This record gives sequence, C-alpha cells and structure tokens, in this order.
Amino acid sequence: MDVFILQLFNGISVSSILLLIALGLAITFGLMKVINMAHGELIMIGAYSTYLTQNLFHAYMPSSWFNWYFVISIPASFLIAFLFGLLLEVSLIRHLYGRPLDSLLATWGVGLLLQQLARSVFGAPNVAVTSPSWLNGGMRILSDVVLPYKRLFIVGLVAACLIAMYFYIYRSLEGRRMRAVMQNRDMAACLGVSTRRVDAMTFAIGSGIAGIAGCALTLMGPIGPSLGTYYIVDAFMVVVLGGVGKLVGTVLGALGIGVFNTMFEYWTNASLGKVLVFLCIVAFLQWRPSGFVAMRTRSLD
Amino acid sequence: MRNRKLLQVGIVVLLVSLVISACGGNKETASTTPSETAGGSNGAAAADGIKVGILHSLSGTMAISEVSVRDAELMAIEEINAAGGVLGTQIVPVVEDGASDWPTFAEKARKLISEDKVATVFGGWTSSSRKAMKPVFEELNGLLWYPVQYEGLEASPNIFYTGATTNQQIVPAVDWLLENRGKKMYLLGSDYVFPRTANLIIKEQLKAKGGELVGEEYTPLGHTDYSTIISKIKEAEPDIVFNTLNGDSNVAFFKQLKDAGISAQDLTTLSVSVAEEEIRGIGVDVLEGHLAAWNYYQTTDTPANAAFVANYKKKYGEDRVTADPIEAGYTAVYLWKAAVEKAGSTDVAKVKEAAKELEWDAPEGKVRIDGETQHIYKTVRIGEVQADGQFKELWNSGEAVKPDPYLKSYEWAASIQPSE
Repeated sequence: MDVFILQLFNGISVSSILLLIALGLAITFGLMKVINMAHGELIMIGAYSTYLTQNLFHAYMPSSWFNWYFVISIPASFLIAFLFGLLLEVSLIRHLYGRPLDSLLATWGVGLLLQQLARSVFGAPNVAVTSPSWLNGGMRILSDVVLPYKRLFIVGLVAACLIAMYFYIYRSLEGRRMRAVMQNRDMAACLGVSTRRVDAMTFAIGSGIAGIAGCALTLMGPIGPSLGTYYIVDAFMVVVLGGVGKLVGTVLGALGIGVFNTMFEYWTNASLGKVLVFLCIVAFLQWRPSGFVAMRTRSLD
Repeated sequence: MRNRKLLQVGIVVLLVSLVISACGGNKETASTTPSETAGGSNGAAAADGIKVGILHSLSGTMAISEVSVRDAELMAIEEINAAGGVLGTQIVPVVEDGASDWPTFAEKARKLISEDKVATVFGGWTSSSRKAMKPVFEELNGLLWYPVQYEGLEASPNIFYTGATTNQQIVPAVDWLLENRGKKMYLLGSDYVFPRTANLIIKEQLKAKGGELVGEEYTPLGHTDYSTIISKIKEAEPDIVFNTLNGDSNVAFFKQLKDAGISAQDLTTLSVSVAEEEIRGIGVDVLEGHLAAWNYYQTTDTPANAAFVANYKKKYGEDRVTADPIEAGYTAVYLWKAAVEKAGSTDVAKVKEAAKELEWDAPEGKVRIDGETQHIYKTVRIGEVQADGQFKELWNSGEAVKPDPYLKSYEWAASIQPSE
C-alpha cells in the first residue's frame, strides 16, 4: 500500500516535470509549428540563470536573505530565456516560418551554439545550485511514505504556470490575437493584427516558460551545458502525444507518459520501461495520429 | 526577395557563429598556450619539437570530464618543456577534439598518427572511445595512454592504461564494504559496458565472499528521474548501494536520494565515478558522508601531490580541483617522458620495451608500469566526502596493487571472460 501511494505520487511528480518542460514547447511547436530543437537549450539558459541569481545573492546580499534567491530566480529565468527567445525569433526563426525542415536544422544548430557558448562561459563541468533550505526534506504522510517538498513545489509551480497560461491565451486580448494569428494568419493580418509582433511575443513567451522549467530542474537534476539534451525528446513526445496546438492535450500527454513510465519502470526496469512507453506512444499515434486532442481549424492546410 | 531573405539569414548565422567561435577561441588560447602553435597549423613546428597528440572530448556530453584531463596533460607537457623538454627537445602538443563521438575518436586518432606523425597520443575517457581507437592504434602501431579507470578484461600491446583496472578499484572496494558496512548489496549503474561488466564481477565476488545481492538496476545514460529506483531501493532494504552511474545521472540520483529522506547515515553508497570534480557539480550538501573508491584524492598526502595541486590551481584557477583521472593523465605524460629518455628514442617498440617496470613518484604515490599488461601498479583508496567537498581517506591498500585486468589471480572470477 505504501509503495502504491509512493508510486502514484512519483507518477504525478514525473508528469509535472514533463509538463513543465513541454509547456514552452507546446507554444513554440504546438501553436507556432516551429520544430524548435533549441528548446532544451532554452531550459539550460533558465538553469544557468538560477545559478547566476544564486551567485549574485551570495555575493551582494546578507546571508539571511539567501533562502529567498529562488523566489527571485523564477522570474529572472523567465526574463532571460524570454530575451533569448525574442532575439532568436527576430534574427532567425522569423525567416523560416512555413519551412519546417529548415527551421529544424537551424534551431538544432542554434542549440549546439548555445551549448558551446555555455561551455565557454561557465566551463564544461556541471555547476552546483544549492536549493533553498525551505525546500529540503519532505512531508511524511505515512510512516514510510515521504513526499519531498521539492516535488510538491514543482507540482504547484506547474499548476501556477498552467493557470497563468490559460488566462493569457484564452482570456486576454493579447492571447486572442495570438490564437487568431496561429489559426488563420492571413485573416488575422487582414483584420489589422500585427502578425510579426504576435509571432515574436509568442515565441518569446514559449522560451520564457522553458526558462522557468530550467529553474525548477535545478532542484532535481544536473546543471551543465548539455542539460537540454536530456529533456528535449521527452518534451516533443509530450506535445506530439497530447495533440499539437491544445494546452489540455499537453497536460493529458504529460500525465499519460509520466504515470505509465513510472509504472513500467517499477514493474520492469528503467531502460525497458522507457522502451515500453515509446511503444505505447507509437501504437497510440497509429490509432490517433493527431494525438489526444486534435485542433479543429477552418483554415486549409 | 527570396534571395535577399536567404542572404540575411546567412549573414546572421555567420555573424553569430563568428562571435561564438571568437569567444571559444579566446578561452582556448588563454588556457592552453602551448597548443597555439600546434592546434591549427601543424607541420610548422615539427622541425623543432617532438609532437604528441592529445585527444579528448572538448565538446559534447563528455567534455564535462575530459577537458580537465586535457588541462592536466598540457600542464605536464609545459612543466617538462620548462625543465628542458625530453631528449633535449621541446614537446609540441597537437590537441584534437573527439567531440564525445566514438567514430570521431577513431578518425582523429588516425589523423594524429598518419598525418601529424605524433610520437604518442594521450586521450580517451569512455570505454567506447577507447574501443573505437584501439584498432587504429594496433593497425598503425601507434601508442595510446589511456587515463581512466575502466572495466578491465583488455590489454592491448599499443595502449598503456594509467587508470585503475577492476582489481585496483572495484574488487577491493567490495571486499572492504562486506567487511565494514554489511552484506546486502544493491547494484545501480548506467546502462552500458562499464557498469554491466563491473557488476558481473561484483556478483561473482558476492557469491564467493558471502554477500547478498538484493537488487540490480540499470538506467539509460542521461536518465534524470530516480524516484522509482529510490522506491525500489527502499523496498529492497540494502546495507549498501554500489553505484556505477556515470556522468550527470549521479547528480539527479544523489539530489533525489536526499529529498527522499535518505542520508549517508541511513544507507551506505559507494561510487566509482564520482570524484572531486563531480562533487563540485552535484553540490556538497547532497553528497556529504557518501563514499567513493579511487587511487588518488586531492587530499592524498604525498610531496609530489602537494606540488601537483599547487601548480594546477596556480595555472587554472584557485577554484579548480584535481581528481583521479586528472592525476592519471598527468602521470601518463611523465611516464612516457621517462620511457622515452630511457629508450633514447620515441620509437614505439623501443619506448614500450623501456617502459617495462619503470617507476615514478606520482602524486598518488609510487607507481610502476607492469610490463606484461601495460597497466600500472596503484594504491587503492576509499574516501568519504567531507563538508568542504574533499575526501577523507578511510582506508588504503597500504601498497600499490599489481594490475590484473583479467582477474586471473582470483579464483572466483574464473567464469568471467573477455566480451570480445
């Protein structure tokens, strides 16, 4: 019973991490159809931003404030990744809309450049981020079941990001323009929406959310130049499985992969578990090629 | 219109890559002054120096570990040059990037031997890179110095192994654990050749020595979520987790182990791929109290090590640390130099002959090349991570252990055969 509860929690926790890394991609790939191979590197930028924030706090703030660096580092990671995304869109992606293969190659190249840049700036070895002490330890719900605060925190952070994104995309003026452009670019342009600005904003927001993911991942995993490569495949998997273009699909995709992966891994082992999950995804996509939730659109593809 | 757009994109890409390569370039020349002359334009310096190849991954996932080894090897070359070089000639390093890609290692090794005509090559880290280079060195009769602990079961006539083989790291570590920390062992490793071979040996050893195997798990390289594995470890209730995870997975495993409320007091873990450099990247708060088995620590107390650590920090920065493979790379250069001087030539056959039973006072203590296997005698050390990120030595083998890559002198290992 203990193990069942723990594994259920682990499943949800893995799903929340998957969702966090896939949310940004759900925008850049899901909505904008840019096969953004540099998504992992935007996550990495978020992680390094957290590292920098931590160092700044170490250097310039009284040590009693140190614990709160993490609160600052979330918006800081968002902002830095946002700016990188904006720069990337304006300088490169903008010229490659509607050419998926070109954008795949170009963003992959950008990813490699960013990795090497991180290696030159921060050095090749991993760097350490000390998690704030209020996230250490866990909640003991049964004698043998401990829910780590960090994992709970990430679940909360994902929920907050989701709610914020929902309000932005479905309830704000900017979001309505964004949806209009993504669904029918020509019509939106006819109606006076500046598609260029919307494109840039959308891509930058997707990148910023990748930055937040990077910030959260410093709690769980390594922080190094090649960090992004560990997550990029999972991120694409979630978006494709969920159905390109729908937020709710991405949530379902992350939940599905996370829970099944944890279950399979528990029953078999880590390598085989992953293989089984991939097999299930392939089988599912054979049955429903457009994923869990398909976007209905009136524009002709 | 279309053409103009393409042009624009081209220019942007060009500019960005220029900027990046300029950044990288600066860094490169700043840290590796001697390679300036050799790195790009070879041939020019050939007339007035002995060329040696340095072949490590300077980009890609393995750069994380290999860059520091390259630094140590370049430092050794610089020191030797400052002291007059070898055979009265300066050593000129030719640095190549293996790019964490095994075919690239083979290709660059071929280039170093056939085109640059280097006297020897120092390089490699992963067993896959070594296995990729091995046929090239054997075919062209080159000489490779490989600086990392590995899974044994190999002894190429064209390779010198300055890292530990299994009986200088894993086997004594398991013996020590069974005596001091308990009998129930859980084996956790990354899913590739080194952990699987190492665990094959450990399982035989456990059977022979009365240990109990309570679990065995492998995770793909780069695996980052260990929550399920940790649940399984909890259920199996081992006394010891023997950890052969490699690279970044260690960070995820130890961070998540701590979050699950398991500390070094509750569970002994012994790692064979976590050294000082990795501790810096994982965070010492997470690793404190956990164990590792190596032949060298930065804290190892020998006169040669005091000088080595001081020079390394002076050259590359106070915040840098030394570690076992870094020391093994450094030692390799000096052993080669000693062999060349004894042979009076850089000819591969003569150097190999001269290298037999050669001794040198390395930072890790006295080492000796075993003529038969071309491995070196090394002292085994078990260390515990301290709050300052350094190791405290808990135990050492007292004397340098004779290398035995095929474990011929261990009766229980009779069933373990080389995989080739």
